[in-house]
Amino acid sequence: MKRHYIFLILILSFFAGLAVASFAGFKDFLPALLRGSVVTIKLTVMAYIVALVLAFAAGLAKLSPLWSIRWLAIGYIEIFRGTSSLVQLFWIFFVLPEFGIMLEPMQAGVLALGLNVGAYGAEVVRAAVLAVPREQYEVTTALNFSRAMALRRIILPQAIVAMIPTWGNLFIELLKGTALVSVITLTDLTFAAYQLNQSVLKTMEIFGLALVIYYFMAQVSRIATSALEERLGQGLSRGRA
Amino acid sequence: MRLWRMNLLVLSAYAIIGGLVVVLYGQSATIGSIDWDWEFTRNEVLPRLIQVVPITIQATFLGFGIAVVLGLVLAIGRLSKNVWISRPVTEVIEFVRGTPLLVQIFFLFFILPDYGIVLPAFLTGVLALGLHYSTYCSEVYRAGLENIPRGQWEAAIALNLGPLRTFKDIIVPQAIPPIVPALGNYLIAMFKDTPLLSFIAVVEIMQEAKIIGSEWYVFREPITIVGLFFLLMSVVAAIGVRRLEAWFRVRRH
Amino acid sequence: MSLMVEFKNVTKRYGELTVLDELNLAVETDEKVAIIGPSGSGKTTVLRMLMTLERIDSGVIYVDGVPLTHMEKKGDLVVADEKYLRQVRGRIGMVFQHFNLFPHKTAIGNCIEAPMYVLGLSRDEAQQRANDLLDMVGLSDKKDHYPSQLSGGQQQRVAIARALAMRPKVMLFDEVTSALDPELVGEVLQVIRQLGEDHSLTMLIVTHQMGFAREFADRVCFFYDGQILEQGPPAQLFGNAEHERTRQFLSAVLEAH
Repeated sequence: MKRHYIFLILILSFFAGLAVASFAGFKDFLPALLRGSVVTIKLTVMAYIVALVLAFAAGLAKLSPLWSIRWLAIGYIEIFRGTSSLVQLFWIFFVLPEFGIMLEPMQAGVLALGLNVGAYGAEVVRAAVLAVPREQYEVTTALNFSRAMALRRIILPQAIVAMIPTWGNLFIELLKGTALVSVITLTDLTFAAYQLNQSVLKTMEIFGLALVIYYFMAQVSRIATSALEERLGQGLSRGRA
Repeated sequence: MRLWRMNLLVLSAYAIIGGLVVVLYGQSATIGSIDWDWEFTRNEVLPRLIQVVPITIQATFLGFGIAVVLGLVLAIGRLSKNVWISRPVTEVIEFVRGTPLLVQIFFLFFILPDYGIVLPAFLTGVLALGLHYSTYCSEVYRAGLENIPRGQWEAAIALNLGPLRTFKDIIVPQAIPPIVPALGNYLIAMFKDTPLLSFIAVVEIMQEAKIIGSEWYVFREPITIVGLFFLLMSVVAAIGVRRLEAWFRVRRH
Repeated sequence: MSLMVEFKNVTKRYGELTVLDELNLAVETDEKVAIIGPSGSGKTTVLRMLMTLERIDSGVIYVDGVPLTHMEKKGDLVVADEKYLRQVRGRIGMVFQHFNLFPHKTAIGNCIEAPMYVLGLSRDEAQQRANDLLDMVGLSDKKDHYPSQLSGGQQQRVAIARALAMRPKVMLFDEVTSALDPELVGEVLQVIRQLGEDHSLTMLIVTHQMGFAREFADRVCFFYDGQILEQGPPAQLFGNAEHERTRQFLSAVLEAH
């Protein structure tokens, strides 16, 4: 954990150094890149929420005794894990209109990325629920819990705590995944850097800065994840899901 | 028994929802039709895509080759006892792993010529893939080595086996079984990342699909076929990886 | 005295292996039955089937006069569904060998969970009940501790309080001291002893603690190979067992202590 803080400080000093070194250039790049960053962050957060909802729905559905529900989940998971996220983005924005569904770029981006990460997340949810020791399930029977109540009060809380580290990683994967959205006409951090580079051609500074901003966001996410792990993990010391 | 009834209920719910969609869909005047042009698919899309598949496959395997070898180097660096080696290597790995591949592709694509290295886009892309995924591979190697019970290393010392022997006969055979499937999964992941090369105009299947789409003003068939292609390859590869896992499990016991 | 628990010709198989073979067992209300025997003799399975953790292959189990494993449908007995099971299951409580407390809840949290979310008690009612029970097992001062902060004996006592919070008529104890360090065994046995003396409760106790079985139980059942080989009052079984196997087992166990 401390390592993250140290590196954060290093990054900030790098920023500061860069600012001092090429103040003029820096002043020019930053606004565009920051505007792109805002789009990136909006996209990441909204898609993450979509992914969470889908992951829980599909992950739990995959555990259902009813095959009709299970196979729907399996279909969703295999399709969105098995195809490239770029293809998914493109399809949802460009091909769906040909089937009658037209989405704004932001909507398409959130949907496509959410569907993609949700599919990976579903497996995380499923694994975590299965990782809860069998004895906990037996106790819920002994105390006469209904299946639904047992899941809600006893199983899921334990599964969720185990999931937190992996969900932290998924956030960062989602963050990286947003870099592709230029293909659906969204100007995120990556595309902002690309555009800047086309006009100014100071590749090292521009893309370097972009990379650093991404890394900064990833580190913030890691710190938040660790903090969440600590707060919710009282009494529980289980390995990663 | 009751399960049968509930399944039936769910299936009929699907049917009703599906039916509603079709009915509402049919009502709306603004939507396009669902007709799929099979002729187009057969005569134009498929042949052109198939022609380009080798590029995708080559990119994947070349990139993977770089990743596997470089990953080992990085892993060794990371596990080095010398802090001046291990710390920087670790930070570099974290940095490359934690930032988008696409930005790294752009970075190399625009930066290398500035330093006199002029590569075709294909090789630049492959290089970027290799570098990015080498960091993932290094983590796989590291995890594989760290998962070997401490007792194994200690037993080897106790038996006075010497470092080379230790590695060759004790450590590596135990490390390999979990490593191979993990690497296999990254091969599949890299394969699914090859479309990113379309951003630097490498003509692999995604780029070709986009070209077909812009020539014929229709993306439906090309992109869907590309998606299905990836799906098919994923399923085949996943089965392959599972077989590999099983094969290793049998060998161990 | 009426029968609280009745096993009628109950058989349980795991594939080729027959774990319980046409078992007949009758337990009267308020009776304290100790179940002893070697591993694999089926004694834990008896408790698990009673707690509906396992399904039976043939026969019927009755609890408090009604069938547990089957339900009445148009005059016939058919295998019970989940809804019916939940109705009857509430009369039985179980304490496990490895305590199985909810790790994400405090001691009192563990005890109020089921009463609130299964019985529908209000938080105040559940807490009052839990406080009384934790007091009874001697852990009032630890009620806000998490299981990871408690010793094995303390966790097991919380587990007992948790099970009692549901006010069962039958309590099952599955080798509840086997996972404890020796010095912690006594406190748990004391709680069980007190429970038996102060409350009217039918108890089935699978145990290796022969001394405890001898002085606490009304009846001891010796299980061997899926059958009750011998049963009777402790004095009879421990003092003058009929079967050779029983005596062999008893002497082996007593020697180990």
